[in-house]
Amino acid sequence: MDRFLFLTFDGLSRGAVYAAFALALVLIWRATRIVNFAQGAMAVATAYVAYSVADATGSYWLGFIVALLAGLLLGAGVERVVMRFVDHSSPLNGVVVALGLVLIIQGVLGMIYGNEFRPATAPFSRDAFEIGGVALLSRYDLFVFAAVGAVVVLLTLLFTRTPTGLRMRAAAFAPDVSRLLGVPVGGMLTLGWALAAAVGSLAGMLVLPTELGLNPTAMDIVFISAFTAAVVGGLDSPIGSVLGGLIVGLLLSYISGYLGATVAPMAVLALLVVVLLSRPDGLFSRSSKARTA
Amino acid sequence: MSTDPRTDPADTTDQGLALHHITVRFGGLLALDDVSLRITPGHIVGIIGPNGAGKTTLFNVICGFVTPQSGALSLDGKPFSPRPHHLNRRGIARTLQGVGQFGGMTVLENVLVGARSRKPEADAWEALERCGVAEHARALPGSLPYAKRKRVELARALAAKPRILMLDEPAGGLDADEIRWLADLIQDAKTTVLLVEHHMELVMSVCDEILVLDFGKPIALGTPAEIRTNDKVAEAYLGAAA
Repeated sequence: MDRFLFLTFDGLSRGAVYAAFALALVLIWRATRIVNFAQGAMAVATAYVAYSVADATGSYWLGFIVALLAGLLLGAGVERVVMRFVDHSSPLNGVVVALGLVLIIQGVLGMIYGNEFRPATAPFSRDAFEIGGVALLSRYDLFVFAAVGAVVVLLTLLFTRTPTGLRMRAAAFAPDVSRLLGVPVGGMLTLGWALAAAVGSLAGMLVLPTELGLNPTAMDIVFISAFTAAVVGGLDSPIGSVLGGLIVGLLLSYISGYLGATVAPMAVLALLVVVLLSRPDGLFSRSSKARTA
Repeated sequence: MSTDPRTDPADTTDQGLALHHITVRFGGLLALDDVSLRITPGHIVGIIGPNGAGKTTLFNVICGFVTPQSGALSLDGKPFSPRPHHLNRRGIARTLQGVGQFGGMTVLENVLVGARSRKPEADAWEALERCGVAEHARALPGSLPYAKRKRVELARALAAKPRILMLDEPAGGLDADEIRWLADLIQDAKTTVLLVEHHMELVMSVCDEILVLDFGKPIALGTPAEIRTNDKVAEAYLGAAA
């Protein structure tokens, strides 16, 4: 039972990061119908910037803030310079361009920083507290929950309580109708990419200290788990992506804990295949058939 | 028609929207052929014609979705190059033939997207009340009957408090009671209205003047009474035998 509790809390902590990363994927999918396969590489790029700043200044938190700002800028830049010009006549076009971006970003990072792993430090202890003799959560886990929770709350408020959020949702649902209503659709797309990339950067900063460290390809495995989370929750459903992240985190934790870490990646892929075959719209997605009524 | 001040492109003294010798071609198809029209502020102007006459193309030119091969538009006597996302701030709102609402957003959120003033909530609620759909504010548009969704579409346009309201076949799919309600709404709109519509009774009852298009060409412009007795209009609608 103790082991089960530990694995559950560990899975929720890991799942919270996948949730944030999946949320970033869903934000872009809803607005552009593109799965941003470059999300992981973009997050790593901003993490390198963050750790460079942290190394130079000695302040982790300054690096952390710089990572989020760099995410905003990189997301906006990728949309304005690359993705805006993708021919949307085939969904594959966006996928191919995004994969091309991955190669470019990882190549450039390798040239600048090298391909060896560098340590990614955590701002809080990762040693778990013991409650009733059971090791449950670390300070770092609490930080992860708080950071992801804050992002979910802020995004929810943005999209439901502000005119800008309403316009972003409108632009994603029906661009031409939105234009007629005065919505600057291009600007909303840029803002959506910027926000998504910043959320991806946050997820990267949260997950890297729990992995092997910083490396141009460090987020590849995380991307697969987060992509599975987004598909499980439904690529059209922000809430679904959060729930999907928690489900994938728990699954990975239980499989790693009971069957061994080497089985976990296969379990994620198996979950992805099962959901795609049985509920391709995701477990929590409303039907995406009618985007306009 | 060239001496008619309502269509004379040389007359730039009037306020409001004007189209000057607009011509649009889609490949080999002449969709609009030298169409000129001056829309008097506060008037309700109907644009009618058989299917394929160019009515919606004319709307699309005014909205910037279609760029004419020749001709120009003016607003308040100044050149006007419409771009869709600038229309709202220029005081022009348009409804669509299909209902075109954002399916995943509530009725209130749909209408809020159209509101542009500093008090969007108040404008949205006022428009919803005016269109009789305030009670459905928290519902998703897709859950409402078609007639109610048409009302939501009208509310979304009215929430912008437009100086020019463009209605593209607003009576389509509505029953007689709904069309009577629509006629009252249009007449009480207290704004300039451009109305593309096939429902002749509605057009004749609410419009101050009517432009008739046939194969993209303007064939008549006049009051409802003048249009009713115009031989060219009868011929366009009923064929040469008329």
